[in-house]
Amino acid sequence: MSAAAPSPAIAEFALRMGDSCLILGHRNSEWCGHSPALEEDIALANTALDLIGQTQLWLELACEAEGAGRRPDDLAFLRDVSGYRNLLLVEQPNGDFGRTLMRQYLFDAWHLPMLKALMGSADSRIAAIAEKASKEVAYHLGRSADLVVRLGDGTKESHTRMQAAVDFLWPYTGEMFIADAVDEDLAASGLAPQPESLRDAWREHVTHTLADATLKAPEKSYAQKGGRRGVHSEHLGFVLAEMQFLQRAYPGARW
Amino acid sequence: MSPGGAAPHEHAGSLHAVDAEQALQNARDVYARRNEGVSIWVVRSSDVVASAPSEKGPLFDPANDKVYRHPTFFDVPDEVGHM
Repeated sequence: MSAAAPSPAIAEFALRMGDSCLILGHRNSEWCGHSPALEEDIALANTALDLIGQTQLWLELACEAEGAGRRPDDLAFLRDVSGYRNLLLVEQPNGDFGRTLMRQYLFDAWHLPMLKALMGSADSRIAAIAEKASKEVAYHLGRSADLVVRLGDGTKESHTRMQAAVDFLWPYTGEMFIADAVDEDLAASGLAPQPESLRDAWREHVTHTLADATLKAPEKSYAQKGGRRGVHSEHLGFVLAEMQFLQRAYPGARW
Repeated sequence: MSPGGAAPHEHAGSLHAVDAEQALQNARDVYARRNEGVSIWVVRSSDVVASAPSEKGPLFDPANDKVYRHPTFFDVPDEVGHM
């Protein structure tokens, strides 16, 4: 790809998208070999791999738009917590399998409308990544919504766990729809949608799914925010410690 | 599972699921990860009628010495394509 002019706004946006995919992919990969059933184990690993693949595309774009000669691996393995731009939602601990699925669902229900909007981006590289990723994410959303309904409307035990998952994760969903100066800049240039514009689609999907699952969203909630400007919960450091160990201990190691 | 085109569906494997819809999803996740297919059929194992291993002899041994049933004596023209 020919080198386009550096664009701090595109670099920041690609980091935000890539980091959310990377951290959620890593969180899901923590289940590999530990899921409650072989079928779920493989399905979750597939999802993780899809997300890591999308990370690769977003971080490549971030490097290109940054124009400082960094590579995607540098971004993934050599940035500290405050350099990460992911949503707080995706760094939350896995908890039980129900919470992991609920986190996936709440993210997917935002991720798909986001990618659909990005397919019309004024930047062809963003549109191309969104086009490819949207097929994978359409499947993620179908699957996670299906499992949320099955477990929410399942046994008393599964219902209780899923309700606890909604209650725990809900405060981390507001951040997806809050704009900052970067978002305003991107929206004005037709590069990315206003975060707020995705709220109705998300809300409608989630309302339907939770109703089918006999679950209730908390009526009063506070939006935890900060992830997209590098202010994270205490959990991200532990994720990075594990994910970055090899490159930290053996800089430049390859295989 | 079928790789597409005119290729027939072939058995890919077994899995657990609570209903047909979930079985399709699980089959996609477990058996279609490496482009194995573009079409999946799922069947409840209880709906499969199988021959008994103990009847293997009477059922299959008679085919052992019927070499003339293998059409290996003919050159198949390339234009025929997949058979």
